[in-house]
Amino acid sequence: MEKFRVLIVDDEIDFVETIVKRLKDRGLDAVGATGGKEALELMEHKDFDVAVLDVKMPGMDGIETLREMKKRKPLMEVIMLTGHGSVESGIQGLQLGAYNYVMKPVPLNDLLKQMTQAYERKLIEEGRER
Amino acid sequence: MASKHYKTLRLKIVFMTLFFSFIPLLALGLTIFYLFDSGFNNKNKETLRILSQSKRSAIELFFDERIAQLITIAHTHSLDQLKDEKYLKQVFDIIQSRSKSFVDVSVIDELGSHLAYVGPYYDKLKAVNYAHEDWFQAVMSSRVYISDIFMGFRRIPHFIIAVTRYEDNKTWILRATINSEIIENIVREGMVGKKGDAFIVNRQNILQTSPRFSGKILAHPNTPDFSSVMGMQLEEYNSNGDKDLFAASSIPNPRWVLVLREDLREQMGPLLQAQYAGGLVLMAGLLIILTGTILTSRSMTNELMRVELEKAKSDDLVVQSSKMAALGKMAAGIAHEINNPLAIIGEKAGWMKDLLDKEEMQKSENWEEFEDCIRKIERQVERTRTITHRLLRFGRRMEPTQELVDVNNILSETLAFLETEALNRDIKIVSELGSQLPRVTTDSAQLQQVFLNIVDNAIDAVGKGGLINIKTGYDQSRNGDIFVEIQDNGPGIPKEALSKIFDPFFTTKGPAEGTGLGLSISYSIVEKLGGKITVQSQEGKGTTFVIYVPVR
Repeated sequence: MEKFRVLIVDDEIDFVETIVKRLKDRGLDAVGATGGKEALELMEHKDFDVAVLDVKMPGMDGIETLREMKKRKPLMEVIMLTGHGSVESGIQGLQLGAYNYVMKPVPLNDLLKQMTQAYERKLIEEGRER
Repeated sequence: MASKHYKTLRLKIVFMTLFFSFIPLLALGLTIFYLFDSGFNNKNKETLRILSQSKRSAIELFFDERIAQLITIAHTHSLDQLKDEKYLKQVFDIIQSRSKSFVDVSVIDELGSHLAYVGPYYDKLKAVNYAHEDWFQAVMSSRVYISDIFMGFRRIPHFIIAVTRYEDNKTWILRATINSEIIENIVREGMVGKKGDAFIVNRQNILQTSPRFSGKILAHPNTPDFSSVMGMQLEEYNSNGDKDLFAASSIPNPRWVLVLREDLREQMGPLLQAQYAGGLVLMAGLLIILTGTILTSRSMTNELMRVELEKAKSDDLVVQSSKMAALGKMAAGIAHEINNPLAIIGEKAGWMKDLLDKEEMQKSENWEEFEDCIRKIERQVERTRTITHRLLRFGRRMEPTQELVDVNNILSETLAFLETEALNRDIKIVSELGSQLPRVTTDSAQLQQVFLNIVDNAIDAVGKGGLINIKTGYDQSRNGDIFVEIQDNGPGIPKEALSKIFDPFFTTKGPAEGTGLGLSISYSIVEKLGGKITVQSQEGKGTTFVIYVPVR
């Protein structure tokens, strides 16, 4: 598997920790953040290929964070992670430029598949840019 | 139900309306009745009074004329002249040439002996001496005298008029006899109608004329005693079923009383007829009001009942749907809250699995146990995930929307909710879902509620060990509607209840179990979605509901 850079954003610290460990174990360059602000700070110092973003977070929520992320790094692909059944927030995310949305809990392999596809699209988009 | 309340309301309306319409109608009727009655009575009395007065005047006039004739003769002739019967005959003939009132005429001296007589009873009367007769005494003292009717020597009802003349220190009397037939004639004219009567009584209440019904001449009449009446008197009497009006007017000389009798009943014939007709109209009016009131109140209460039922139905729909919306929200909230920890559990288990796959771990002697544990945790997480995702979808569906849905999916999800209950009661649900159903645009939550209601009813109906067959399909023959057939092998619905099962509040369950609104709500939901519900039932065999969902 190609090594790409992943940013996991979720307010559940246990979730972030574990998923980062598992992704790293699979050879990805994964970094976790427990809030929108922290994620944006991390993005200052490092470029990411794909971000996985929880929709519902205290403080700065997923949609807001997504908007900021797309403003700063338009080429970074974002997968929305929703624990809520509302299609609306997912659709809203898509409208704001998210790659897709998945419902929690999601088996890691499914998520990984989504991330790989997102990364591939990013590569295509970048190729087009040049 | 509330029908008792409506019955009282209806009775109230009926009584109020009847009260307020009967009272004026009756008042009007009675007022007219009495005014009419008294008006007619007064007119009747007035007529009789006038008749009585005119008859009295006629009689008085008759007497006055006769007296005047006699006085004229007495005072224009001397006794010597009139003593001569030849001369008297001449005078008598002159009088008779104008009117035949007199029967005879005689001249009597102060001792009561006849001096002269002209008339048909010469032989009988010429020798009679009147000195001891009452009339003789009376005329000697009062100068003018009219007698009562009497038979006298000649056995014919008659009366006499006598006047005196004082001449040369001697009093003599001119006396004439008058046949009472003349008075009878005048009186007879006062007999009104078929039952009216007229007669004259004297001061001793002895009949002076021959009445039609009231007795025999010279006897007491069978009427009340009017003999002492002075002037004019109108009197009503009831005797053996007859209602009579009497008009009595006194004649001063002779002291007689003219009595007219009128049968009021006969006279009031037209009035009674009018009153009878009026009564009929009144009764008809009352009947019409009664009928109208009953009909109006019935349609009013029916309308009220219908409105209330409809309101209850829509109220219940609102309550039901808001309940469902709240339930949906809660379900979604719970699912969401569970999903987060579930994701962590899943990830942790996944991480453990990742670690176990590493070579150094595989050497552990409990590796297989660990591996089994983790696989089971993952399976349980997956299982919980299905539940929470279903809850989320359910919650989402409670919001009223129109979306493109697969009827089979909705049905399957609904059945998933009822599976446990059916299992607990040992009920088998067999579903045979048609393939390639077109997706329909509809409100999936409401459709789900309909399925839930009907399948729930079926579960209640079949009881332990029952069987429910569910079939879906695409019915090309019916405008291409999708049909959902829910068939149970329960006891079925009795024929008389079958037409009522969609009525609101109709229930076979106890008040604690059912509101009687489930099917009614289902019916209105399906109707609102443009579909249709049909039901077929056979007692002892089961019931089949078919829900048709239009493809739009």
